[in-house]
Amino acid sequence: MVGNPKIQVRDVSYRYGQVEALNQITLDVPEHTVTVFFGPAGGGKTTLLRLINRLNDRVDNTSMEGQILIDGEDIYAPGVHVPGLRRRVGMVFALPLPLPGTVRENVLYGPALAGIRDRNRLDELLQTSLEQAALWDEVKDRLDQPASSFSGGQQQRLCIARSLSLEPEILLLDEPTSGLDPISTAKVEHSLLELKKQYTIILVPHSVQQGARVADFAAFFLMGELIESGPGADLFTQAQDQRTEDYITGRFG
Amino acid sequence: MSQQLAQKLGFAFLGLMSLVVIVPILLVVGAIIYAGFPALSWEFLSAMPREGMRAGGIFPAIVGTLLLTLGTGLVAIPVGVGAAVYLSEYARDNLFTRAIRLAIVNLASIPSVVYGLFGLGLFVLLLQFGTSILAGSLTLAIMTLPVIISTSEEALRAVPMEYRTVSESLGGTHWQGIRRIVLPQALPGIITGVILGLLRAAGETAPILFTVAAFFLPRLPQSAFDQTMALPYHLYVISTQVPGMPLSIQHGTALVLLAFVLSMNLVATLIRSYFRRRREW
Repeated sequence: MVGNPKIQVRDVSYRYGQVEALNQITLDVPEHTVTVFFGPAGGGKTTLLRLINRLNDRVDNTSMEGQILIDGEDIYAPGVHVPGLRRRVGMVFALPLPLPGTVRENVLYGPALAGIRDRNRLDELLQTSLEQAALWDEVKDRLDQPASSFSGGQQQRLCIARSLSLEPEILLLDEPTSGLDPISTAKVEHSLLELKKQYTIILVPHSVQQGARVADFAAFFLMGELIESGPGADLFTQAQDQRTEDYITGRFG
Repeated sequence: MSQQLAQKLGFAFLGLMSLVVIVPILLVVGAIIYAGFPALSWEFLSAMPREGMRAGGIFPAIVGTLLLTLGTGLVAIPVGVGAAVYLSEYARDNLFTRAIRLAIVNLASIPSVVYGLFGLGLFVLLLQFGTSILAGSLTLAIMTLPVIISTSEEALRAVPMEYRTVSESLGGTHWQGIRRIVLPQALPGIITGVILGLLRAAGETAPILFTVAAFFLPRLPQSAFDQTMALPYHLYVISTQVPGMPLSIQHGTALVLLAFVLSMNLVATLIRSYFRRRREW
């Protein structure tokens, strides 16, 4: 039942200065699934996400060991084109962070940087990515208004659309609904279920419940260790490790 | 003493102190406008000085100051903004960049006459530019750099870090993020810094004293290697070096210099408030 591993994490350890953020993580992320990284704050989930699209490259005083492979290729190998990698691996952050400018400018920022100039192609990308993010109907008449004039929930879906406009293969979502109301959250979760048909998704959920709702696969992180991983249906109902069990049932965290 | 009384006294004191700041400016500007305005005429603004500067106009000094400000900007803006981008966006925090910052702070506190002598030594004599607009502009530019660098760097650092991360996460190179997001957002602050820096350059006398300024040159400069008259130095000359100088010409010259500087200041303020209203964070 496990599809092809899209992302393979191999013995990855990571340090910020002397502080160990990840300790020998090995993990496969199957294609076209939602994989959930969950666990208490400071467990290394965000760090691992940032490593998968090399967003930590310019953070000073850090060290990494191990390998991360996408489609079998080491993304930290010399000669890897990092902007190209980031176009394949989209990222959505915990807070909605629209760039200055309009809805249109936000969504088309990535394609513009990638050198896409064709008007029809850009319009098409604009519409499909906003539709995929379940935002098109709300903004289609206001595409040239400043992104900052929309609500937090709309802004966050705009940020998802902004990542989708690059037609990535992988989408990394770091607590994308932590600032959203329940209705917006439901909309985002619903769109994730649609998106996984085309994309491989890693989600850091903002609650255990959200993780349980959407996870095909799940991995529990605690203080830089991967405690256990497996199909979501199993992990959230019958965890093997006592610490996972305790966290899921709310005994700590 | 009751708390309310103490509060009232406190406010009164603070208000008085603020007034003390405003009053001298109003007095200076008022006095110069009052005494200088009658001297203003089309001839005063557009004619060459005559009769040992005791008559005619101050046209070459106005042109000279405009040219020097322009020349200063041409040199100082690219260098200053470039250095600010480097310091804010590229440089890591290490001994070298700390040394650069320390140097900038110290440059800002060097007396302007020292810049003048430095310019004389380096540009006029060593590089043999002669007393020229080129030498004067370069000297003023060096003096202006610290202001431009530190205000620009501050403006760049004020742009939220997250914009850079978002831009990178969307496949932007480091430079694309700077050019498309960070620089446009920092532009109002940079423009303000540039104008404030150039303002200081436009009004300075000491740095141009040895490097470019002509005592009396009733023609327009022909090239960058030519000397020129300039408003601040001209004002100094007609106030102290020429006997029998009509007071109205002195006041008129001061008024023109003041108007030039204040109008640039006003432009800076307008630009800043215009962009601040449009800014989205």
